[in-house]
Amino acid sequence: MDFFIKYLLSILIFFPLASVVLLLFINKKNEGLLRNLASILSLVEFIFSVYLFVYFKPDTYKFQFVEKLNWISTFGASYFLGIDGVSLFLILLTTLLTFVSLISSYRYIKDHIKEFVILMLTLETFMIGTFASLDVLLFYLFWEFMLIPMYFIIGMWGTGRRVYSAVKFVLYTLSGSLIMLFGLIYIFILHYDQTGNFTFNILRLYNTHIPINLQILLFIALFLGFAIKIPVFPFHTWLPDAHTEAPTAGSVILAGVLLKFGVYGFFRFAMPLLPAATLMLAPLVIIIGVIGVLYGALVSMVQKDLKRLVAFSSVSHMGFIMLGLFAMSAISVDGSILQLLNHGITTGALFLFVGMLYERAHTRQIADFGGIAKKAPILTTLFMISVLASIGLPGLNGFVGEFLILIGSFNHYMLLTIIATSGIIFAAVYLLWMFQRVMFQGITNPQIESFQDMDLREIITVLPLILLMFLIGFYPAPFLERIDPTVVHFLSMISRHGYVHNLIKLKMGLSNA
Amino acid sequence: MSINGYLIVAGIIFCIGMLGVLMRKNLIVIFMSLELMFNAANLGFVAVSNYLNLIDGDIFVIFVMVVAAAEAAIALGIAVAFYREKGTVDIDKAQELKL
Amino acid sequence: MDAKFIITWLIPLFPFAGWFLWGLFGKYFKGYSGYIASSFVVISFILSSILFFIVSYTHGFTTTLYPWIHAANFKAGVSAVIDRLSVVMLVMVTGVSALVHIYSIGYMQDDKGFARYFSFLNLFVFSMIMLVISNNLLLLYVFWEAVGFCSYILIGFWYEKKSASDAGKKAFIVNRVGDFGFAIGIFLLFITTGTLNYETIFKMIPSIPSITVTIIALLLFAGAVGKSAQFPLHVWLPDAMEGPTPVSALIHAATMVTAGVYMIARFHVIFSYSQFASEVVLTIGTFTAFLAAFIALTQFDIKRIIAYSTISQLGYMFMAVGIGSYTAGIFHLISHAVFKGLLFLTAGSVMHGLAGELDLRKMGGLYSKMRTTAITFIVGGLALSGIPPFSGFFSKDAILADVYNKGFYFAWVIGEITALMTAFYIFRLIFVAFFGESNLDPEVHVHESPKIMTIPMIILASLALIIGFLGIPPFNNSIFYSFLHVDFKNAYNFAPFVNSTPWYILSLISVLAGLIGICTAYLLYIKKVVNPETVKNIFKPIYALSYNKVYIDEIYNFIIVKPVLGFSNFLWKVIDISIIDGAVNGIASGFAFFGVKAKRIQNGMLMSYILTLTIGVAALLFYFFIR
Repeated sequence: MDFFIKYLLSILIFFPLASVVLLLFINKKNEGLLRNLASILSLVEFIFSVYLFVYFKPDTYKFQFVEKLNWISTFGASYFLGIDGVSLFLILLTTLLTFVSLISSYRYIKDHIKEFVILMLTLETFMIGTFASLDVLLFYLFWEFMLIPMYFIIGMWGTGRRVYSAVKFVLYTLSGSLIMLFGLIYIFILHYDQTGNFTFNILRLYNTHIPINLQILLFIALFLGFAIKIPVFPFHTWLPDAHTEAPTAGSVILAGVLLKFGVYGFFRFAMPLLPAATLMLAPLVIIIGVIGVLYGALVSMVQKDLKRLVAFSSVSHMGFIMLGLFAMSAISVDGSILQLLNHGITTGALFLFVGMLYERAHTRQIADFGGIAKKAPILTTLFMISVLASIGLPGLNGFVGEFLILIGSFNHYMLLTIIATSGIIFAAVYLLWMFQRVMFQGITNPQIESFQDMDLREIITVLPLILLMFLIGFYPAPFLERIDPTVVHFLSMISRHGYVHNLIKLKMGLSNA
Repeated sequence: MSINGYLIVAGIIFCIGMLGVLMRKNLIVIFMSLELMFNAANLGFVAVSNYLNLIDGDIFVIFVMVVAAAEAAIALGIAVAFYREKGTVDIDKAQELKL
Repeated sequence: MDAKFIITWLIPLFPFAGWFLWGLFGKYFKGYSGYIASSFVVISFILSSILFFIVSYTHGFTTTLYPWIHAANFKAGVSAVIDRLSVVMLVMVTGVSALVHIYSIGYMQDDKGFARYFSFLNLFVFSMIMLVISNNLLLLYVFWEAVGFCSYILIGFWYEKKSASDAGKKAFIVNRVGDFGFAIGIFLLFITTGTLNYETIFKMIPSIPSITVTIIALLLFAGAVGKSAQFPLHVWLPDAMEGPTPVSALIHAATMVTAGVYMIARFHVIFSYSQFASEVVLTIGTFTAFLAAFIALTQFDIKRIIAYSTISQLGYMFMAVGIGSYTAGIFHLISHAVFKGLLFLTAGSVMHGLAGELDLRKMGGLYSKMRTTAITFIVGGLALSGIPPFSGFFSKDAILADVYNKGFYFAWVIGEITALMTAFYIFRLIFVAFFGESNLDPEVHVHESPKIMTIPMIILASLALIIGFLGIPPFNNSIFYSFLHVDFKNAYNFAPFVNSTPWYILSLISVLAGLIGICTAYLLYIKKVVNPETVKNIFKPIYALSYNKVYIDEIYNFIIVKPVLGFSNFLWKVIDISIIDGAVNGIASGFAFFGVKAKRIQNGMLMSYILTLTIGVAALLFYFFIR
């Protein structure tokens, strides 16, 4: 057991890969076995990750479950893993959503099942690896590896213009990450110049002293990489395409986990590495975030395709998260990190429901639906809970995060927070309007007449997400008490350049007006 | 002892080989010309090695010959496969990869 | 774990459990869910009454269930404040809810969504209880939204009707507009005081700059405007009548819509320290009271008439809290809850008897066919018109007398005119529907409602008769005032009394106004001294204005909905697809273009490749040679 806990992160990373090796030996004709085995293995993986939560010490910001091995000692790259309160929950989210999306695909994915489950599990390895890496090179490696399975998932099992979307997704994010890599390597070299040591260890790189002008340039480089991944307006156009054409499982993972990497990148790399630039450019980033909130909401309002609507709503939600993260008060950052989880849970669930609707009616056009509430009460109830969570109804998860973000940001950025708050009105408009047109009113489409309610497997798929919505809504303490110390430490790292801070405060004062 | 003679001969052989590669269209002939260029280089190596009283060049020649032998096997294999496919060994017929 | 803690938290627990049970297992309970749900609410009512006596004889207290959110220096717990104000509200909420629940058993009998209905009704009661007892602004906001959600789902209960689901959506969104202001008010309050706990906030208010207090108060009032359907956010309430009638009685008359008034009374410290904000409250209240009564004059849908009447009466309550007469506001809130709940339940009984008919033009002469309904309706109408000894007389006059004696003469005049119009429109309804010649559809078999519906109506009617006597002796000596005013002792007295006109003079004027209204209706609709059509033709523009609800919906549609949708379409089609994606795809096709050009080099001729190679090597050699 000691061994298990000590190397838990490595186990979590490589267990899915080991599962892939096992699955390789199974005949591809044996589809049922492949599906069930993959689901069970991902469930086991999720249970392993729960140990992470159980053995995590809540009252410290220090990295836990640390593992360190030399890897390429010439450049100072090492196999260096560890998690804090933020990556803990992101890893849990990853394992949960992988499990959920695997069991959600029983009906959706009909061919090449072996390839599909293998790709999903490989993707899981890379995602967990990215969250757990404390070594920049290792991080980058996992970060880029993630694109490959996702590319195939969209390209092979997607709908419509799937190849276009897959290529767009890969090229968009790749071009961003290359600029980001350049920035990271530049910092690596600066650190070498200052200390004479090659190291990719992020904890040591934090101590690099970078002149402010250079920080701004580097920040822009990292910003491009992370902002495209989030995606922040105006780099978001890959998202609606990728989401719309991806299979359900792909959309869930994309929205639930992949979008989180951008914010995680800001949190782990861009902001603590370049604190002066962060403080200086924060108002700009917040403006972009707030534009994203309204832009995403307004564009969602006029969407005709269900998935595209949910995709644009993600742009809006990620805008909130950017606002909270860059407002840099402890409350708002707490809220942002919690909202990161909430978005994964809620939007993941929304995509699952859209997928179920698509499997039954073979259309995603809002106008083709109507009157489903009568045929499928369970689906309606659960879908409604997810929609309400996304709107930010109190008692569900979205509210806690949004409220903390807004109340935390209000002090520094009053006007921008007020503008962002108006986004919650629009969220109600587009989501309720969609819900009304899809679920309520009379039945117009003959396809709906034979609409089936959710079966047991589908209920199991969404139930964990629904329960989490209520849990975070009613009792967010277990989450917040683990996030909080990490966030406080994070803020202290940014503000360690006290002299810059004062200078920036002046600038912030201007933006308050 | 003069080295010039060897080097001039090596140069001439190399040029012959190069011209052969450039101007002939028969795959086998191109291959033979390529071998000529290798051997011109080998001649240069042994000559200089002998002149400087070093063994490095000789060792290198052995390597080149080994690699050339391996390469010859593959190249001839390709030639045979190509002939089977096209019924000719004219390299202008090999344009499948052109977009 | 003392008794107070247990009693307090048991009150919301029962309806909460009910929501859970009927929501998940409704189909196993079949028809019983209605009875059990009702008994749950009755238990809550009994517990509330116990709490009422505890608080009356001892003193208020606060109690915490569990700490809810704790992030950095932000703390909020699930905790309750039990004082006289909240117990009064609790008793009212649970009492009316219990009656409405019982009534619903009859009203919703054959509906296939029976269990769903009771599930959400219980959820509403739970949320409303929590709203009333919450001890911090965050919790208040949570249940403020939660009651809005219940309202949304219950308005759109018959979701297959497009108008119903439209109305539900409209209610939610319009409320969100108000809540937007409310939320910002909470943010501002938090950054000024550093807490959301009522007690701490109230202690700090006197030391906060008055401009900040004013802004906070106005923002909080924005929430009240949305929730309590005041102008300009009143548009959702008339549409909300698409929901089942008991829902209208409970949510859109007695409880939820009065949350705004309760909120201002609860935050009397904040509002009383900002005279400007209070005057805004008074102005909006007065204007809304007048506007809604004006619209109600010409409507034909009986539920909508009552809905506009609700908006108008809420306007009176805002007048009261706007001049600092918080007890008068709450008194009218309670008495209104009783008689307006009664009016809605009786209207529901009429609908029930007439197979869902709502149009006044298709009624008439119902008195002989549904006697209980008619009599109870008339009791409600008399209470609404402010005729003694019904409750509306005491409570409305308490407000109008305070308005006059505090020197707000203009508001008082408007209030009296509104009282006249109120009496007119409600008796127009009564005369046309219950008396006069019958315009009923002969196909419809008119019948009196079952006992389970009429008994709650009778109880409410008796209450409408009795409850007003809590208001004697008039003014600041009344039973109700002396019970409640201790909770408002921290209010800043920004509007002192400037007159001491005796109550009987003012009451006489009000009663006269009411009687004139009733007589006019009598002359027009029973005696037909003048044909109503002639009156209509004389005041054609004004009639059209009133009939079309002052065109407010149309104006909103034209200046808000259409431009926003147009702008969104512009953003999507032009900015998103053409400009941003156009740029992205442009870059991609730029590369593709050069790719096509560059592909010519790849001509497939081995000779040319080798030649290029040779030339390259030669060039390199040459370069190294001359260097």
